[in-house]
Amino acid sequence: MKKFIGFIKKEFYHIFRDRRSLFILFGMPIAQIMLFGFAITNEINNVNVVVLDLSKDVSTNTIVNKISASSYFTVTQLLESQNEVESIFKKGKVKAVIVFEKDFDQQMRNAGIAKIQLLTDATDPNTANTINNYITSITQNYAKEINQDIQLPFQIVPESRMVFNPEIKSVFMFVPGVMTIILMLVSAMMTSISITKEKELGTMEILLVSPLKPYQVIIGKVIPYVFLSIINALVIILLSIFIFKMPVQGSFFLLGLESVLFIITSLSLGILISTMSKTQQTAMMISLMGLMLPVILLSGFIFPINSMPLPLQVISNIIPAKWFIIIIKGVMLKGVGLLYLWKETLILLGMTVFFILLSIRKYKIRLE
Amino acid sequence: MSVRDENIIEVEGLTKAFGDFKAVNEISFVVKRGEIFGFLGANGAGKTTAMKMLIGISTPTSGKAKVAGFDVFTSAEDIKKNIGYMSQKFALYDDLTVRENITFFGGIYGLKRQQIKNKSNQLIEELGLEDVKNQLVGSLPLGWKQKISFSVAMLHEPKIVFLDEPTGGVDPITRRQFWEMIYKAADEGTTIFVTTHYMDEAEYCNRVSIMVNGKIEALDTPQKLKEQFKADNMNDVFLKLARG
Repeated sequence: MKKFIGFIKKEFYHIFRDRRSLFILFGMPIAQIMLFGFAITNEINNVNVVVLDLSKDVSTNTIVNKISASSYFTVTQLLESQNEVESIFKKGKVKAVIVFEKDFDQQMRNAGIAKIQLLTDATDPNTANTINNYITSITQNYAKEINQDIQLPFQIVPESRMVFNPEIKSVFMFVPGVMTIILMLVSAMMTSISITKEKELGTMEILLVSPLKPYQVIIGKVIPYVFLSIINALVIILLSIFIFKMPVQGSFFLLGLESVLFIITSLSLGILISTMSKTQQTAMMISLMGLMLPVILLSGFIFPINSMPLPLQVISNIIPAKWFIIIIKGVMLKGVGLLYLWKETLILLGMTVFFILLSIRKYKIRLE
Repeated sequence: MSVRDENIIEVEGLTKAFGDFKAVNEISFVVKRGEIFGFLGANGAGKTTAMKMLIGISTPTSGKAKVAGFDVFTSAEDIKKNIGYMSQKFALYDDLTVRENITFFGGIYGLKRQQIKNKSNQLIEELGLEDVKNQLVGSLPLGWKQKISFSVAMLHEPKIVFLDEPTGGVDPITRRQFWEMIYKAADEGTTIFVTTHYMDEAEYCNRVSIMVNGKIEALDTPQKLKEQFKADNMNDVFLKLARG
């Protein structure tokens, strides 16, 4: 046991004396969560739009006022003719142009229908879509207002409620993803690098010749990262609660346990990677290409799995991050317990056992 | 020299095969207690593979071998407690200080805290490391790393110390000093098992074996080998053997 404590102490010296690893360990989680929380978002705010109002009457005025009064849009300019539209798009500062037809108010009152043309810059399709929806709903609102006293014979009124995330905050989607990425990165990449570093320096050989057993060496190398990953998970959860007001509906205890499980899954992946690579660089490349990319692209963190082509949907099942994201979303946002998450938990557990067994096998082959 | 008539390493028909290729092909030899045993051979002759089997990190394909009285097949763990090992990379932790390195390696060999303290003080004094004991090892010159690395391998007072090309890349004066350390250790009764490329170093050994293509082609004292091969120095002996 005392041998072990000495070993872990040594490992902490390595970590704390290397600025780069310190930065990856503590700077990156905070930087990432802040970036995703504040800068990268699906919501639109203060989008620049211009208006081409060919009728300039009461109705068009009211609608323009409503648009510029909302926090989503800023009306930057009023155009005079259709010719200006193209050049203003090309400049790129404006995301949408709203065109009101001639005699808007009159058309509405006499013919019962008036038209607005909405041109959006679809180089960014998501934003274009959102702008489209928001402006449509503003005009519909207005239409409702002026129709107040008229009773339509048939009406369908959807009353929608966004369950689990009523304000549709995108940070609620990012926090689970970022937490997954960071735990994966710290646990898998850092351990695989630190194990291959010993191989590269030749100290691994010395350790294997010593009375320490190979599994003791590996566990000794891994334990410090378990601690650091747990601290990281805590930091991320606290940041998301206190800065982004993300709720934890379910039990903290379960959240903690599931995080530790995922940390161990990632560590076992890290060990597996270290058995496959001889140099730190290889370990880093495998971690980045083999772990980070799938986590970002296929885990459902950014791109919904349901809308992927079938082969990719199948592949996404073997990515541990996918299951962990389902679990944290479940615990934090839906407040469900193991009763609903036992399947995902079992899958993670199974993967962990599989990776550990595989690394033991690989490790033995290498020793021969 | 205090070579005693007691076998500390006994090897018989030891073989390591990788598929059809026999890296080590039925080698047999004994090493006496307190002896400085030179294990020579060209690159790829199988020295390192043979050594790995003796230090318990590689299981032989066939044959018999006992190190410090323990069987390499069944008691590798006991062997590890009784041997020291220094690799050609002088592997120490660059981001740990001299003292921290000594403490760490002492620790994994199960030395008590007080023992480690005494040992490291003694070491630091003997090697003249007083000024640099709290410096990171990475900042020290190669020659110093080599000495520290050797001392670390000797920390737990092993019966045998295995040195894998311990003088690669250091200057002749440092090499000379290093051999003085080896002699001193041998005088105190430690058996030295050393591989080397430098044939002048072979002359310092009590006995040397020369490996060619996985087999031991010659084994005797340097003096007798020179007579046997009618050569002036070990270099010629080696060349005659290696060329076949």
